[in-house]
Amino acid sequence: MDTFAALAHGMAVAVQPMNLLYALIGVFLGTAVGVLPGIGPALTVALLLPVTYKLDPGGSLIMFAGIYYGGMYGGSTTAILINTPGESASMATALEGNKMAKAGRGGPALATSAIGSFVAGTIATIGLAFLAPWLVDFAVRFGPEDYFALMCVAFVTVSATFGDSPIRGLTSLFIGLTLGLIGIDKLTGQARLAFGVPELLDGVEVTTLAVGLFAVGEALFVASRRHHTEEKLEPVRGSLWMTKEDWKRSWKPWLRGTMFGFPIGALPAGGAEIPTFLSYSTEKRLTKHPEEFGKGAIEGVAGPEAANNASAAGTLVPLLTLGLPTSATAAMMLAGFQQYGLNPGPLLFAERPDLVWGLIASLFIANCMLLVLNLPLVGLWVRLLAIPQPWLYAGILVFATMGTIAAKPSVVELSMLAGFGVLGFLMRRFDFPIAPVVVGLILGPIAESQLRRALAISLGDPIALVQSPISATLLGVALIALLAPFVLKGLGRFKANED
Amino acid sequence: MTSGDPVQPQRRVDRAGIVIAALLAVLAAVLVWDARGLQSTAMYGMGPEAMPVVIACGLALLAIGNFIDALRGNLPARESADPVPVVLILVGLALLIAIIGFGGGFILATSALFVTTSAAFGRRAILVDSIIAIVMSTLIYLAFDRLLTLSLPAGPLERLL
Repeated sequence: MDTFAALAHGMAVAVQPMNLLYALIGVFLGTAVGVLPGIGPALTVALLLPVTYKLDPGGSLIMFAGIYYGGMYGGSTTAILINTPGESASMATALEGNKMAKAGRGGPALATSAIGSFVAGTIATIGLAFLAPWLVDFAVRFGPEDYFALMCVAFVTVSATFGDSPIRGLTSLFIGLTLGLIGIDKLTGQARLAFGVPELLDGVEVTTLAVGLFAVGEALFVASRRHHTEEKLEPVRGSLWMTKEDWKRSWKPWLRGTMFGFPIGALPAGGAEIPTFLSYSTEKRLTKHPEEFGKGAIEGVAGPEAANNASAAGTLVPLLTLGLPTSATAAMMLAGFQQYGLNPGPLLFAERPDLVWGLIASLFIANCMLLVLNLPLVGLWVRLLAIPQPWLYAGILVFATMGTIAAKPSVVELSMLAGFGVLGFLMRRFDFPIAPVVVGLILGPIAESQLRRALAISLGDPIALVQSPISATLLGVALIALLAPFVLKGLGRFKANED
Repeated sequence: MTSGDPVQPQRRVDRAGIVIAALLAVLAAVLVWDARGLQSTAMYGMGPEAMPVVIACGLALLAIGNFIDALRGNLPARESADPVPVVLILVGLALLIAIIGFGGGFILATSALFVTTSAAFGRRAILVDSIIAIVMSTLIYLAFDRLLTLSLPAGPLERLL
């Protein structure tokens, strides 16, 4: 497919007045919710899903595009002004950005992060537009065994390879996989793990799980350690605008951050943490002002912010072309598709090009809107940040439960929400990563059905799983990614003993 | 502790870690127990009972891994936690579920949750918070029920609107 023609077609869809309005509402709501402390982009999308229940798929996906990017912008504002990164990908931003805000340079910090996100988002969305058709051409040749192998790679990289502890990451993943088993088995119609509860036959809603783990879990966790920390909101003092010197110091980190963020985000490896930290350490090494690092260096905001946004656009590559979510936010986007019975992947590109390309074009539009909206409205966002903590979390919980009440107002569903909240609290307390649970729930059933389809085609011969060169390679990658952290840890211990 | 001491940091058995490992083992057992009730109807390949067993094996291995970590005291350090606010929020959620379950409606249910959560975060002005909560949830109800035509559960208060 010709990318330019497709993209032009998508633009024509996206600039329809109603769709522009949807994008604007999405951007606005996304930023407003994303700016609230403790709410990352994944939760922003999860909380705002009910708003789109009654829209048509096209309009709702366009609103999602806005919410997705808006949530990212909002998160970095919070990181700079109160030093509570809503997610680990904003940690690098918080490191330098908050120092800048304390030194009265909050305005330029917000500006470089907004403009850097715009630059990175635009470049990465162009990358997405050109990479996607190519990957789709490749992916149509995938058989079920290849998809299964691909999902194994995603499982391993999301849970084991890049976390602090592969054991705890895999534990999270397997909790998610277990939750994915609940409900009627699609191939045989038998109920698994339903324990005679009719509400469980449909399986666990992804939104219920995500909102429970992220929103309720976070509220419980923050409440439990309220006596430890006092958050301090830094007022935005001085000029909002960047000086010539700021521009000079920012543009290269923006581009380098994009170069880190997009490819790593596009790999089925998941997470924006790695590119942001790579970018941070690179800028620290290359800067002409090393003395400023740790005290508020603008490069340390510009680079990681660009990397963060570029990798967010990058994760849309596997999501749209392969149906493979590699981060919690991407998993929520997939849930957004699924509420209309749409499955992202090569087929969706062929069957509903208006939808897919409309979404990609809307990403450009959302990005431009954010650049225009974000800086002038910064005063409004700061006001949102100043909401007292009791009302803030009370409001978050009301919104969180409202989504579930609107979707399924049953006692069982609400109890599950509360249960997942407790699970999220315990996982935070004992330092288990949360994203693998969501990815496990959403990908587990898909991986199982692909595996069973592959084995049914091969008449039950497991050799078929490694006979395709694609799946053999991917399974090999998955195995290496699984064993690497254990081996490296062993090496580390060996070295430590030698010392 | 004196600095420069080459002694390994104190490693103690982590009781919470042992509980986590035990829970994972129980979960694995539940999966196997549930899978035994399934009938394999697939002529070729895997039936519906295969995947639960595979996941149960994974969980069992992870239970062992977590157990070893707990024995070695390898878990990350934890800060002290205050149980009172956690319990308060859970009471709020229980109230919400009960009010929805008994047909009390959206406004009352979410107001109850709002007030308890706010109290959990240290506010003691219950009356003021109640008024804020009722006004806010009424506005949310109107916005979502009338504007977006989502059906939220109606109780006595909603019927007055």
